[in-house]
Amino acid sequence: MTEQAVRWTAEQVLALAPDEASRKAGARLGGAGPWSQTGDSASGSVWGLCKGSGSTPYRTVVDLRGPAYKCSCPSRKFPCKHALGLLLLWAAEGFGEPGEAPDWAAGWLAERVAKSERPAAAAGRPVDEEAAKRRAERRAARITAGVGELEQRLEDVLRDGLAGQQQAGYAPWEETAARMVDAQAPGLAARVRELGTIPSCGPGWPARMLEEGALLHLLNRGWLGLAGLPEPLAATVRSRVGLGGTAAEGEVVRDRWLVLSQYDSVSPDGRLTTRRTWLRGLGSGRPALVLDFGPPGRPPGLALPVGLVLEAEARFRPGSAGLRADLGERAAAAAPCDRIPAGVGTGEALEAYGAALREDPWLDSWPVVLGAVIPIPGELGWQLADAEGDSALPVALPGGGSRSGLWQLAALSGGGPVTVFGECGHRGFTPLTAWHPGCPEPVALG
Amino acid sequence: MTTTGTTTGTTTTTTTGTTADAGYGEWEELVGAALLGTGRRQGNPAALLDAAAVQTVRRRAGLRPAEAGPRPDPAPRDPRPAPPEPARRRLAQLLAGRTGAGSGGGRRGAAPDLTELLPQWLAAAGRHGYRAPHALVPALLEAARARTDLRPQALALAGARGLWLARLNPDWRFALRGGAGGAGELPGPEDRTGVERLWQEGLFAERVALLGTVRAHEAAAATRLLSTTWATERAEDRLMFLDSLRVGLTAADEPFLEAALGDRSRNVRATAAELLSALPESALAGRMAERALACVGPQGVTPPAECDAGMLRDGVVARPPAGRGERAWWLGQLVEAAPLSCWRERFGGLGPAEIVALPVAEGESWREELHAAWCRAAVRQRDPHWSKALLGAASAPPATAPGTASLAERAKLLSILPEGERAEWVAEFIRAHGLSEAFQLLGVCMVPWAGTLGRAVVDALDAAREAGSYPWSFSGVMGLAERCLDPAAADHLESLTTASDGPPDTSPGAAAYWSEAFQRLVATLRLRATMLAELAPGP
Repeated sequence: MTEQAVRWTAEQVLALAPDEASRKAGARLGGAGPWSQTGDSASGSVWGLCKGSGSTPYRTVVDLRGPAYKCSCPSRKFPCKHALGLLLLWAAEGFGEPGEAPDWAAGWLAERVAKSERPAAAAGRPVDEEAAKRRAERRAARITAGVGELEQRLEDVLRDGLAGQQQAGYAPWEETAARMVDAQAPGLAARVRELGTIPSCGPGWPARMLEEGALLHLLNRGWLGLAGLPEPLAATVRSRVGLGGTAAEGEVVRDRWLVLSQYDSVSPDGRLTTRRTWLRGLGSGRPALVLDFGPPGRPPGLALPVGLVLEAEARFRPGSAGLRADLGERAAAAAPCDRIPAGVGTGEALEAYGAALREDPWLDSWPVVLGAVIPIPGELGWQLADAEGDSALPVALPGGGSRSGLWQLAALSGGGPVTVFGECGHRGFTPLTAWHPGCPEPVALG
Repeated sequence: MTTTGTTTGTTTTTTTGTTADAGYGEWEELVGAALLGTGRRQGNPAALLDAAAVQTVRRRAGLRPAEAGPRPDPAPRDPRPAPPEPARRRLAQLLAGRTGAGSGGGRRGAAPDLTELLPQWLAAAGRHGYRAPHALVPALLEAARARTDLRPQALALAGARGLWLARLNPDWRFALRGGAGGAGELPGPEDRTGVERLWQEGLFAERVALLGTVRAHEAAAATRLLSTTWATERAEDRLMFLDSLRVGLTAADEPFLEAALGDRSRNVRATAAELLSALPESALAGRMAERALACVGPQGVTPPAECDAGMLRDGVVARPPAGRGERAWWLGQLVEAAPLSCWRERFGGLGPAEIVALPVAEGESWREELHAAWCRAAVRQRDPHWSKALLGAASAPPATAPGTASLAERAKLLSILPEGERAEWVAEFIRAHGLSEAFQLLGVCMVPWAGTLGRAVVDALDAAREAGSYPWSFSGVMGLAERCLDPAAADHLESLTTASDGPPDTSPGAAAYWSEAFQRLVATLRLRATMLAELAPGP
């Protein structure tokens, strides 16, 4: 292993920043000025000393395989601005020939290697299976009671007519959602809250409310008839209701995973940040969604720059059309992808979404790479049109509702065809990442 | 997730439902029944939900693409190359850091200031003949929207792709208006009907831009265009149009300006007179010279006794501002508008420096008025010899300067000098008087600062440090230095960042702050050097 780890791009580094403030602070530290004794190793780590306001410089180490970070600064952000600055400097200039890590960095790096080689000991702990089973039965009974109550509520609403919903307001739904939380069915609670907001969401709300109400009803029916469902669908119903499956029983796929997109969304009450990372197996072609969560004020820990390829095992959770995965230890340092992923047309994109609904009828969208599409800006709504023919998908704004990503997409295209990754569903297509023809470096739209 | 009415269902077609489930048929029927409530029709709500669930999943699974709307015309090809990879990343970083600068509050730390670097990156990329990387064009347009000083270079770099985008997004309409980078949608100066139509119908800003373009093409055509509508223009517009003639002023403009001396508006008359006086060959300049020569000579100064009708017509303002004598006020205006070339003969062949050095017989009060007027004349007529004479020696105390002690006035005089002389003069000024008064003077020097000037600034900063001052007393000069010092100065500066603890009586902590300030300066200079090197075309 004399070969040097492939350097990342500045965009990839900045994508790791936990928030806007660290992004700026990191960018300011991305010059040679405050740094000394910088270096990198062939096994994929970089280190350096950063002069701060104090007398001792901060010791910063990054293990590119995680990536994982260690810094002697007191910051609780992760990665801290020093790690970002170090990576930016490395991305811009490199640190010359790979070398041996100094003692202060080598200790931590060795610890990480040791940890990754240690077999997962915790999994072997004996469990009291009887007790676990009793707990599961009790919970299932509570959910069943909750589902009955929810069905009653839905039927009452339909009997009285949706027309009364705008007057009735949100409060009764919030109360129903709280009942679902009591019944230990967080998935149902979230759907009920969503349902309750629809009457205030503008024109066309009755149809949307009927759609979402009917799908909730479908989920209730699925739960009540769980025993009669084939296993994958039963697993989907369980996870949609809010019973987290045990990851241990999932299917394991080893592949080279290309990071297609990574974005955060914050729950309506602002208490939880969800980070979605979309992957695609370059060998298997299989999509994977890795979710990570951060409590208030702290971003999720997992940070994978768009455009990197990492060789790893992904363990897919049962149900939900086989999208949810957890990443195992990575085998080698991540490297940028050298080609544009293959894409499909708009028709195939919708077919893929339709096919996925067979396994999970509650899916809102499906990850799709569109090849050769032309963005069409419009005052009422944007479209992505096939370069050949006259089919198009309506564009749905990303979660934050920001249009700046769309303009970036238009700028890349200049009226010509581009490759776009995004989520394709009944609301339209949400573009997340784009590639300019002939350039494998992805542009994260945001 | 939010949804909008336009993207839900309405723009996509669905497969038609085949059979009616539980007595309900089409989706619309289901929605109608749900709105009214099953209670009215003795229906079963569970059956309605069953049917709706089937229909919903069926509709979603059967989604088909919509018909594509009219596609935008493809953007014209930009033949310029994109900057090399590292330069592209640098631009992204500079644009991302744009909004962050200045938000840090108080102390700036040792990290370089990115906002100062963006204009330089844009200028350097322009010199290399690059186009902006496509993905960064929106961010570039946003930066140009926020900072007008960046517009010409940002728009030039964004090029055809930027204009293409600006046509699609109303927020970026500013890019389509000319003037900023000549990148607008103005008719070409040869397009006579186009020019004529825009001149008649255009908005004020468009008309000003149009006048500028036409004037750059053919000076006389601009005054012809102005004459067609001059009588019907509003006074404030006449003033602005007249002002735009300042660029490329020639003797050919004299007839038009002469006519404007009879304008209804006093401000228009004054501006016309000012422009005419900047033309030493003009009739007005001749009349002013005659009046000025009558007042000033080797024998002394005799200010005019009255402001006659001729003087009024030639733009002399009769009423002085509060606190100034009217005779001194008139004298100042006459001398300011007289061509400087007329004084050599009047003073028996003496040059500007000697004339300026002459004592004024009738007392010091007239001397000050006279020299101040000469300063204004030197600036207006862009005369380097007179400017130099009036500036005097840089090392002499400002109070004893021959022309004016005002730094703002001296900066104006400096801007008339050739680049090299300007830098030399300011360097000497700094060596003699330090940095505290040099800020305005440095502002008119060319970037990067010439070797001697850069050295003078660095030495003066070093001297200030040793004197125990705090670096933020010099933050203005520091900021300028980050932008203007030659990156080659970084090595010399480097030694100052680790400088000694200073004498024991210096202000506590000052040494550390200086070290930090110098570090930032070095870091910024290094970054500038790297930045410029990154822009060099690859092999």
